[in-house]
Amino acid sequence: MTEGPNAGALAAAERGERRGLFLLCTPAVLLISIVIFLPIGWLFALSFTTEQGGLTLEHYARMLHPAYTKSFQTTFELSFLVTAICAALGYPLAYLMSQVSAVWRAMIFVSVLFPFWTSLLVRTYAWLVLLQRRGLVNTWLQETGIVDEPLRLVHNFTGTAIGMTHIMLPFMVLPLYAAMTAVDRDYVRASASLGASPLKSFWQVFFPLTLPGLLAGVVLVFVLCLGFYVTPAVLGGGRVLMWSMSIERSVAVYSDWGAASALGVVLLVVTLAILWVMNRLFGVERFIGAR
Amino acid sequence: MADSAGVPIAPWRRLWLYALGVAIVLFLVLPTVIVVPMSFGNARFLRFPPQELSLRWYHAYLGSIEWRDATWISLKAAVATMLVATPLGVMAAYGLHASRLRMARLIETALIAPLILPLILVSIAIFFLYARLGLNNTVTGLVLAHCCLAMPFVFVTVLAALKGYDMNQERVARSLGASRFVAFITITLPQIRFSVFSGALLAFITSLDETVVALFISGGDAATLTRRMFTALRDEIDPTVAAISSLLIGVTLTLLALGLVFGDRRRAGRQP
Repeated sequence: MTEGPNAGALAAAERGERRGLFLLCTPAVLLISIVIFLPIGWLFALSFTTEQGGLTLEHYARMLHPAYTKSFQTTFELSFLVTAICAALGYPLAYLMSQVSAVWRAMIFVSVLFPFWTSLLVRTYAWLVLLQRRGLVNTWLQETGIVDEPLRLVHNFTGTAIGMTHIMLPFMVLPLYAAMTAVDRDYVRASASLGASPLKSFWQVFFPLTLPGLLAGVVLVFVLCLGFYVTPAVLGGGRVLMWSMSIERSVAVYSDWGAASALGVVLLVVTLAILWVMNRLFGVERFIGAR
Repeated sequence: MADSAGVPIAPWRRLWLYALGVAIVLFLVLPTVIVVPMSFGNARFLRFPPQELSLRWYHAYLGSIEWRDATWISLKAAVATMLVATPLGVMAAYGLHASRLRMARLIETALIAPLILPLILVSIAIFFLYARLGLNNTVTGLVLAHCCLAMPFVFVTVLAALKGYDMNQERVARSLGASRFVAFITITLPQIRFSVFSGALLAFITSLDETVVALFISGGDAATLTRRMFTALRDEIDPTVAAISSLLIGVTLTLLALGLVFGDRRRAGRQP
């Protein structure tokens, strides 16, 4: 290929255009950098410094105190439990969605999106009203004779788990459904034509193909649970102390920025580590962000 | 595909799946919906079904200056967030898509980061920053913070649309003498408008619904509706929240319907 006389000018013009296009990204990048990245970096530095400005690991060492380890334990227990229930409920629902006619699919889709779009506080409030001592669930349980005394369903671990499951379920269903529609049904048919029972073709052909979607949902729900604040704070009634609440208290009650920063940094590192490992192993990214 | 099931299986053998599906759908929808009839109750303790219908809690809501001010702040912040976040998100998505830079991956990650970072950490970080800038308890500060949380939704939605759009159409327009800006406004934008609309709607909802950041950085005269609701729920169960919740559910249903009508129909229709 012979270079024309104006090749240099063309290349310069193209570089200039790319720079111009790149400038379009700068307002967004600048805003996020200043409002989010800058103060997070600041807190990161703060978590390693004493009040006098010296270097220290004291804020991290303090996290081994039972008061903090208890909140980590509660957080992980709740997150595991909620993720497991979400997977158990989300998989059948997404599967049903992928199997029914377009009209039914649309109806299930709307019923998954409706809570997704409803205010988090509204849904939390609804559970507070339903689960309280004289609430609908207890009234119903007593009238049908299942229990004699009203159960303690709210302002404790149980209520928090129920509310969190309700809020996290759409995050499980959407990536699962995306994975299921991507499965080529001819594989399933082929296994059936080769004599596999429906159960066998499901477990040996369909299920493994939807595993990336399931993992994406599991990771997304688990990570969101780890840093969840609003619902545990309301439905836990102060008795369920989560990681996020330790952070809030360090700032709002004790104004202890060193402790809050250290707790926040560890939460960030754990979150990013989970996302990174899962992304490395399974390319989870494709399914996340499909809101 | 006529037979989408793939497996030849009799419908009655799947009854358990249908039953489970109905139960899960009810679990998803009912708890929220049940708040609406309850909000028309008269008693201090809300029951279902309500003993006596009344608008008591709606009057309580509309009659309270605090609740009204908070609603006004939330709406103002949500509209401003939508108006700032949408153009920023569209610009970033377009710039990133058209320039095909080597740094693109890094920028994309940076712009999606607010969706991945733990919200509680983001909240205390912004609170910490605003304390030094004097932006706590101001609507400006609230809008800037909400823009950071809402913009990624616009960015992701529009970027997805641009990836499915043939940029050659714009090149044709420019070869015929249109500037890049004119080509974008007249050729590209009309074709990705559904995604831009969806993104704007998501930005609005994100701001209206946001609680944790608002809990830290909005207070006094600039307290948002969600902040006041949160305090009302944590300290005592105030039935006024039921009335507000019902109104918010109405807003959600309206927006969801708008989204279904004007949103990205192309993409929705493509699902097999």
